[in-house]
Amino acid sequence: MNKKLSEMSAGQSGLVTRVTAEGRIKRRLFDMGVTPGAEVYLRKRAPLGDPIEVNIRGYELTLRNSEAETVIMEVL
Amino acid sequence: MKKFALAGNPNSGKTTLFNYLTGSTAHVGNWPGVTVDKKEGVYKKCPEPVNIIDLPGIYSLSPYTPEEIISRNYILDEKPDCVINIVDATNLERNLYLTTQLMEIDVPVVIALNMIDAVEKAGDAIDAEKLEKKTGLPVVKISALKGTGLDELMKRAYAASLKPRKAFTVLEGSSLIHLIGDCRIALEGQKVDNALFHAVKLVELDELEVKAHPDAARTVEEFKKTFKDDVFGNDFEAVVADGRYKYISANYSSALRRGSAKSKDKLTKSDRADRVLTHKVWGIPIFLVILFAVFHLTISENFLFIGAALPEGWVSLEGTAFEGVFGAGGINSPGVILFNLLDLATSSISDAVAGAMEAGNVAQWAQGLVVDGMLGGLFAILSFLPQILLLFLFFSILEDSGYMARVAFILDRIFRKFGLTGRAFMPMIMGFGCSVPAMINTRTLSDENERIATIRVIPFFSCGAKLPILTAIAGGIVMQFGIGNADLITYGMYVLGITVAIVTVILMRSTTMRGEVPPFIMELPAYHAPQFRNLMLHLWDKVKHFVKKAFTIILASTIVIWFISHFSWGWQYLSDEEINSSILAGLGQLVQPLFTPLGFGSQLGSWGWVFVVAAITGLIAKENVIATFGTLAACITSGFVADEALGGVDSVVQMIAATGITVPALIAFIAFNMTTIPCFAAVATAKAELPGKKSFNMTLVFWIVTSYLVAATVYTVGSWWWTVFIWLALWAAVITLIVLYNKGKLKFTVPAFLKGKK
Repeated sequence: MNKKLSEMSAGQSGLVTRVTAEGRIKRRLFDMGVTPGAEVYLRKRAPLGDPIEVNIRGYELTLRNSEAETVIMEVL
Repeated sequence: MKKFALAGNPNSGKTTLFNYLTGSTAHVGNWPGVTVDKKEGVYKKCPEPVNIIDLPGIYSLSPYTPEEIISRNYILDEKPDCVINIVDATNLERNLYLTTQLMEIDVPVVIALNMIDAVEKAGDAIDAEKLEKKTGLPVVKISALKGTGLDELMKRAYAASLKPRKAFTVLEGSSLIHLIGDCRIALEGQKVDNALFHAVKLVELDELEVKAHPDAARTVEEFKKTFKDDVFGNDFEAVVADGRYKYISANYSSALRRGSAKSKDKLTKSDRADRVLTHKVWGIPIFLVILFAVFHLTISENFLFIGAALPEGWVSLEGTAFEGVFGAGGINSPGVILFNLLDLATSSISDAVAGAMEAGNVAQWAQGLVVDGMLGGLFAILSFLPQILLLFLFFSILEDSGYMARVAFILDRIFRKFGLTGRAFMPMIMGFGCSVPAMINTRTLSDENERIATIRVIPFFSCGAKLPILTAIAGGIVMQFGIGNADLITYGMYVLGITVAIVTVILMRSTTMRGEVPPFIMELPAYHAPQFRNLMLHLWDKVKHFVKKAFTIILASTIVIWFISHFSWGWQYLSDEEINSSILAGLGQLVQPLFTPLGFGSQLGSWGWVFVVAAITGLIAKENVIATFGTLAACITSGFVADEALGGVDSVVQMIAATGITVPALIAFIAFNMTTIPCFAAVATAKAELPGKKSFNMTLVFWIVTSYLVAATVYTVGSWWWTVFIWLALWAAVITLIVLYNKGKLKFTVPAFLKGKK
């Protein structure tokens, strides 16, 4: 099942299938290891619902919903 | 001398390693991006001394942030003899991503596998030999924190620096390798150094490379038209990044042997702390309580509010010299107790010196210079050192533990409303310590407009040097007018500063500094207990800095102030009673009328110029404001001296008595000093950090206008409540203009020299 990372709920895991962002946001996501095939675990949402905290490649990464929207996931 | 560069991801421990190797005391924090400029030091235990360069932390050699460009240019242009690549062993894959880029440069690289102790503690292990074989680079396990493995690391690095290394890429199996090869040959033909690195970056269509090698870039563009990847289409940047990570997963990740369950399922200590500190409901209240506690411990004279619970006269020290130290109504906070102790010490010294000079029949003017001019000014400010240090210590602990990064996470949503990212929180909160490092730290912000807006409001986060202005005047108000509570006034002023920052940021982001809200993609480092050694290094640095400043620029200023306040234009020595005809008074009186709308101008009568002069000396160093009071108050008149008052508060009380200044005017005076042009050092830093001369000029204008308006509002509304309507109408008009401007219904031209752009 494909979903945007921003639509996943806390506690869910998935594999990155595609990153649709452009320019520097895309580059930043890639540099941080958000590349196709990477496993992502959505740890939690911030108290105000945004940003989110994910575990990827063994570390904790935070990004906003607007950026997570560009990460297409295959939910496990 | 040989040059070794330290390169690695942010927060991988580079600066800790740098401090160990060079014995220096650079600032270390648990926040990605603490080192934003390169630093140098010397390591002496190799066969020859080696210059060590600490580069800012980077995730990649792409050209998107200033840190990345600094690091990249250093390695390519300065050609260090060896690059020590620090790899956080707890986060192997992402750290090795940078390694795969460093491999493509013709420079010896040694991998320092840092935080190996944390990996082993978690029950995992890393096979260094395997990693060494797979990468073809020397790998040394170290712990920068404990200082283990460093000799070995430097030995291997020195050995590696003796023979050149041929560049190598992990993209051999990539569908783009032929294109990379073609570019490389073309660049080698043009005698370009590090052809492989440049070739890969060209294929990624990196903006810096495209500019430098337009011909080769055209070849890439041509090829791009015919290329189609199943997953990425013709996005070469994606193909390259993906190729690196795929290679790392396939070849290097097996060096890590997990002895424990998969990390995401197991709750580490750090995760448990995080559950509470970033809790859905409690996260924000906890942050507010922590922030309040920090200031409460530092400045409160009613510690933990236990004063009310104590029987009157509980202090058995009554009548002794220590009565004031621990507090009368309640118990003083640790910060205030330390302040009072130091104040007691300095006033005893001052009295002793005065007594000795009196007894020795030293000339009247010399006594004045030493006791009132030098000691008066210097001691009025020196007593505040403990409070400044305490505030600094608390913020160091919060930063070192990793909590600050969580605060950015919690607050990002709110900051976005102001047009900033949660990342901007860090430089702002650093501003409570000192504006200079805070402004430098804005380099971690990737968006230029966000940087400019943040630099401009940093001074509104009242720094340590402004703390004396707040507490001394708040204390003076309570003592002289018998109203309010000094703590409350001080907190209130901090809140006012923050409010001004928020309002002005919103105004800027909706007018001159417009732009998209920048992205917020940030690593959250694991929590760890703050390192004692580290904290002490921070504090020691601060003490040295403060003492140096006190005995150079502040002492010099107080002497100058004393001289020009005790000599007339005709260079006649004036006694204390006559200083109203001094040079300083003349200058002060000249500009005094300008400050009438702020409450500390012409209406204060013949002594009013002292406030103006104090504010102006504050431009040199903010400590000077109270130091100037200290120097001048003593001369003004002995008749007004209030008894039992201490330090800077004493001087303020005398100033209030002599001028008849009102409470709103005093508050306006604090507000003005807090929001106006910061000290010389901060102005110089702003100049260096802002992108151009125009944006710097605009920043100066911004500070002057903001402080004038804020202080005028405070004074007039405080004096005549109905003026609030005038201000509201004025602000409504301004906001309407901005809204119209944003809708494009209004156009006006900004004078060229004020334009915020380069």
